[in-house]
Amino acid sequence: MNRWDLFIETFFRPDLIEKYWPDIAGGVVVTVQVAVLVVLTGIALGLLLAMIRSYSLRGVNLVLVVFVDVMRSLPPLVLILLFYFGLPSVGILLPSFAVLWLVLSLVLAAFAEEIFWAGILSIRKGQWEAARSTGLSFSQTLTFVIVPQAVRMTVAPLTNRTIAITKNTALGTVIGVSEILNQATTAQSFSGSATPLMMGGIAYIVLFIPIVIAGRWIETRFAWRRA
Amino acid sequence: MNQTTDILVARGLRKSFGELEVLKGIDFSLRQGELVFVIGPSGSGKSTMLRCFNRLEEPTEGSVTIDGVNLMAPGVDINSMRRQIGMVFQQFNLYPHLSVSRNITLALRKVLKRSASQAEETAREMLEMVGLEEKADAYPGELSGGQQQRVAIARAVALEPKVMLFDEPTSALDPELVGSVLQVMRKLRDSGMTMVVVSHEMRFAREAAGRIVFMSDGEIIEEGTPDQIFENPSHRRTREFVAEISR
Ligand SMILES: Nc1ncnc2c1ncn2[C@@H]1O[C@H](COP(=O)(O)OP(=O)(O)O)[C@@H](O)[C@H]1O
Ligand SMILES: [Mg+2]
Repeated sequence: MNRWDLFIETFFRPDLIEKYWPDIAGGVVVTVQVAVLVVLTGIALGLLLAMIRSYSLRGVNLVLVVFVDVMRSLPPLVLILLFYFGLPSVGILLPSFAVLWLVLSLVLAAFAEEIFWAGILSIRKGQWEAARSTGLSFSQTLTFVIVPQAVRMTVAPLTNRTIAITKNTALGTVIGVSEILNQATTAQSFSGSATPLMMGGIAYIVLFIPIVIAGRWIETRFAWRRA
Repeated sequence: MNQTTDILVARGLRKSFGELEVLKGIDFSLRQGELVFVIGPSGSGKSTMLRCFNRLEEPTEGSVTIDGVNLMAPGVDINSMRRQIGMVFQQFNLYPHLSVSRNITLALRKVLKRSASQAEETAREMLEMVGLEEKADAYPGELSGGQQQRVAIARAVALEPKVMLFDEPTSALDPELVGSVLQVMRKLRDSGMTMVVVSHEMRFAREAAGRIVFMSDGEIIEEGTPDQIFENPSHRRTREFVAEISR
C-alpha cells in the first residue's frame, strides 16, 4: 500500500462512510438543535441582563457582574461536569441535553451581556437626552432608542462569540449527548478507524462554514451610516 | 408680572457639579409668546440653565415652574412635563436608526399614545412646516446638518410644547445652512411659540428677540431689549462680551 492508499484507508473508508453516515447525520441534527436553542436563549438572556444593568440598581448589578465574571472565567467543560454530576446530588435531575443547553446558554449570556453592555455605554449621551426631553421614560428610551442602536454596534463581536460558543456543543460528548462528536467517537471505537472522526469533522465544517459566512454578511450589513 | 401668563418661572436656581457651582441663583421668567435670547461666554452656565428647565439636569436648589406646575414637587409626572417642554440641541441628536418620520412619531405614539396613522399625519404636517416633507423616509445620516436640525425642531414641536428651549441650534452648522434653521425658528415665533434661545446669532436676536439675557459665571448679569443690551449695556462685562461677539 502506498501512502495515498493508506491515507484513504485511514480517513475515508467507503464502507465505513456508508455504514456510519446515518449516525453522523443524527449527530448533526442534535448539534443543530442544541446550537439553535443556545443561541436563542443565550443572546436573549444576555440582552435582558444588559438592559437590567442599565437601571444601575446596586445590589442587582453586583450579583449580575459576579455571575457574568464567573461564567466567563470558568471553562465550559468544568461547568458541564459540575451541573451534570453535581445537580442530581441536590435533587435536580436534568437530562444531559438540558445540561448542555443550560450551561452553554449561561456562558453565551454572560459574554453577550458584556458585549451588549459595552454597546449600550457607547451610545452618546445626547441620544438619552433627546429621548428623555420628549417625555419618553427611562425604559422607553432604553427599549426604543438605545438598545436598537447598541445591538447594531455589537453584531460583529457577538457573531464571533456566538460561533465560538456554539462549537462547544462538542463538549456534550463527555456527558453522552448524542451530538456529532459523540456519534463519531462511538463509531470510531466500534470500527477502530479514524474515518468516522473525519466524517464528524466534515460535518462541523458543513455546519459552521455557512454560519461564519452569514456572520460576515451580517457584519457588513449592519455597518450602517452613523448620523 | 402677571403669574397666569408666565409659562416658565425659575426661582433661586442653583446647580453644582461637585465643588464647582455652575448656576449661582438664577431668577428667570418667560411670558406666553415671548422669545428670549440668552447670551454669554462659553462655560457661563447657559446650557446647564436650559437643562435645569426640564430637569435633564437636577438643580441643586431652587424651583422651576412650567405653566403653574412646579417641576420639583414630589410626585410630579416629569415625563408628561418634559413632553410640554421642547428641546433642541446643538448636535441635533436625531435617532440614527429611525427614519425621519419615525423620529417624529416615536414620542407621539409612546408618550401621547397617538395611533400610528394619527402620528404619521402629524409628522407629515410638521415636516411640511420645516420644508422637508419629501424627506419623511430618509434616515438622519442622509441629511445635511441644517436638515437634521429642522427635523429635530419638527420632532419637538410635534408634541405641542408650551415652551421651546434651543441650545445653540446653529452652532454646529456650516454657515450656508444656518439661514434655513433660523427661518423655521422665525416661523415658530410668528405662530406664537414661547421660546428660549441660547445663541450668538446677533442679527437674528435683534430681529426676533423680545428680550436678551446676558449670563456670566453662573449668574444673570443683565437683561433688556436687544437695543438696550447691544447698544447701551449697563454692565462692563456685558459691554465687553457684546464688543467681542460683534467683531
Ligand atoms: N455634567 C457636568 N459635570 C461637570 N461639570 C459640568 C457638567 N456640565 C457642565 N459642566 C461645567 O459647567 C460649566 C457651565 O457649562 P455650560 O452650562 O455647558 O456652559 P455654557 O453652555 O454657557 O457654555 C462649565 O464649566 C462646564 O465645564
Ligand atoms: Mg452650552
